[in-house]
Amino acid sequence: MAGVPTVVSRRRSGHFSRKRVRELGLGYAMLAPAVILLLVFEVFPILYGVYISTCDWRLECTQFVGFDNYFRALTTASTWHSLLITATYALISVPLQLGIGLGVAYLLYQKVRGQNFFRTVLFLPYITSTVASAAIWSYLYSPDNGVLNGILKTIGLPAQHWLTEPKGVFALMAQSAGIALPAWAAGPSLALVSLIAFTTWVFVGYDIAIFLAGLGNIPNELYDAAKVDGAGGWTLFRSITIPLLSPTTYFLLIFTVIGTFKAFNHVWVMTEGGPADATTTTSVLIFQQLYQANRYGYAAALSFILFAVILLLTLIQNQWAGRRVVYE
Amino acid sequence: MKVSPFSPGRTAIYGVLIVGALLSLLPFVYMLLTAFKSYGDVVNNNQWPWPPFGAEVPQFGNFPAAMQQIGFDRQLGTPLFVRYFLNSVVVTTAIVIGTLITSVLAAYALARLNLPGKSLLFIAVLAVIMVPEDATLVPKVVMMYNLHWYNTYWALIVPFTVNVVAIFLLRQFFMQIPKELFEAAEMDGMGHLRYLWSIVVPLSRPAVLTVALLNFIWSWDSFKWPLLVTRDTNLRVLGVGLQQFKSGEGATNTQELMVFATLVVLPVLVLYFLLQRQFREAVTTVGIKG
Repeated sequence: MAGVPTVVSRRRSGHFSRKRVRELGLGYAMLAPAVILLLVFEVFPILYGVYISTCDWRLECTQFVGFDNYFRALTTASTWHSLLITATYALISVPLQLGIGLGVAYLLYQKVRGQNFFRTVLFLPYITSTVASAAIWSYLYSPDNGVLNGILKTIGLPAQHWLTEPKGVFALMAQSAGIALPAWAAGPSLALVSLIAFTTWVFVGYDIAIFLAGLGNIPNELYDAAKVDGAGGWTLFRSITIPLLSPTTYFLLIFTVIGTFKAFNHVWVMTEGGPADATTTTSVLIFQQLYQANRYGYAAALSFILFAVILLLTLIQNQWAGRRVVYE
Repeated sequence: MKVSPFSPGRTAIYGVLIVGALLSLLPFVYMLLTAFKSYGDVVNNNQWPWPPFGAEVPQFGNFPAAMQQIGFDRQLGTPLFVRYFLNSVVVTTAIVIGTLITSVLAAYALARLNLPGKSLLFIAVLAVIMVPEDATLVPKVVMMYNLHWYNTYWALIVPFTVNVVAIFLLRQFFMQIPKELFEAAEMDGMGHLRYLWSIVVPLSRPAVLTVALLNFIWSWDSFKWPLLVTRDTNLRVLGVGLQQFKSGEGATNTQELMVFATLVVLPVLVLYFLLQRQFREAVTTVGIKG
């Protein structure tokens, strides 16, 4: 920066030129709207949230209760249940999304014809309003006249309850074979798996777009050199594409995990957390406590617990990725 | 990679891609078809009731019927759907314009002006990204009550007129514009604001468009916040209206629900097909949904 030395010398001499004063005034005035809005709607709410979470809150802090809300949240089964649902949701949907995304992106990268058409179409679910597409999918999943059950009936399989089925998917499969599975082997509920299918449908196009950008950054010479050494398609993919793509994969991993932890809109539209809490993620639980039960203090405490979990996960991912991500 | 055009490998690739494309498209096609079916065809799961397989005509009447079912604006007497739509347009437009103003100004100050403490401020601004939306949800709702903004447009718009990602993106772009350009403009007697408006912003069209499109996608999709801070049907945005219709107000009329969904999805689709390259670039440059 060429301007810095002159400024320093002027400051030493004790006064600013009129032009400099005007620049300073203008600069801070330009920053003011953004900074004030950020302070009011991002920074202050964190502190205010801490305060609310220590209160029995009915329009105002009617009673200071200390860490009571936190203790109650941590000793309530529904909290742990919601974290378990959230974790299950993330554990299945993150690898599924990233796996399909990477696979399809790699196929598209093979200079296929109509690449632009495929990219446009695959990106479509991501761009459209979540509430609208969740409404469409609810209809596809409808037990009475949904198209999925129509297909199942046509090929001679029993119709399913999809979004209203609290039973585990493994239990359902075993049941149709006439076997009763113990509760621990029942697997995630069909309702949750149906939500995961929807999430995958929405986000795969996004993952493809990001992966394609990452693939474009890998120099072609590397592939050519490896081919001279006689490497085949799978070896190329494993020893060049995967490691060189790892920064992209890491970026997507972090954002997908955070994304699954805040998943709300489609869950609320499709199941409202039901059936029997089978799809009540922590985000949904917070919303229920706030919107339906008006328990502000408790909901605030729950959100900080979720915040802590997300922070912890991000730290773990950082540690884990530090050893694996290859930066050129 | 060397694969001849009609090898089995090539065919398999196209097979997978075509299946993927169909899976992406079919739910929308199904939505559109259902929007034109009669109630009976929906209940009987009749996939194509029109010629040559059936004798029915497309039910254009579903559209006015859906409007009737959604209800009417008590203030103006017009269909509520129109109100929802206008609310979404007004809120989204205000958010996009507001965000552009706050972030263009802040980004320029951070990129070009010599201000003590600005790098520290920039780091502080970026740290805000780390805070998940849920962590500030409860206090923000309480603040809306305290400010008497509950159930007003202020609550829908003002908290979203600042965006850290937008500031970051524009700052990066502004920094690439050579300094000499400003010196030349200064010779012509331009101040910072005129220079920003008449030279920097036009030069940064791709970045400005990216910020505008991202904020458009995010706020057109907004649902949770409007549901929390509005009570009157008059103030609903499309997402809230659609969800309320689905969860009870629309009874069991799936074909009308699909009419509603079609009308919500259509404007975004049109915009997407007109600006698809910019949309994709916008999302790949930043790419966080919501």
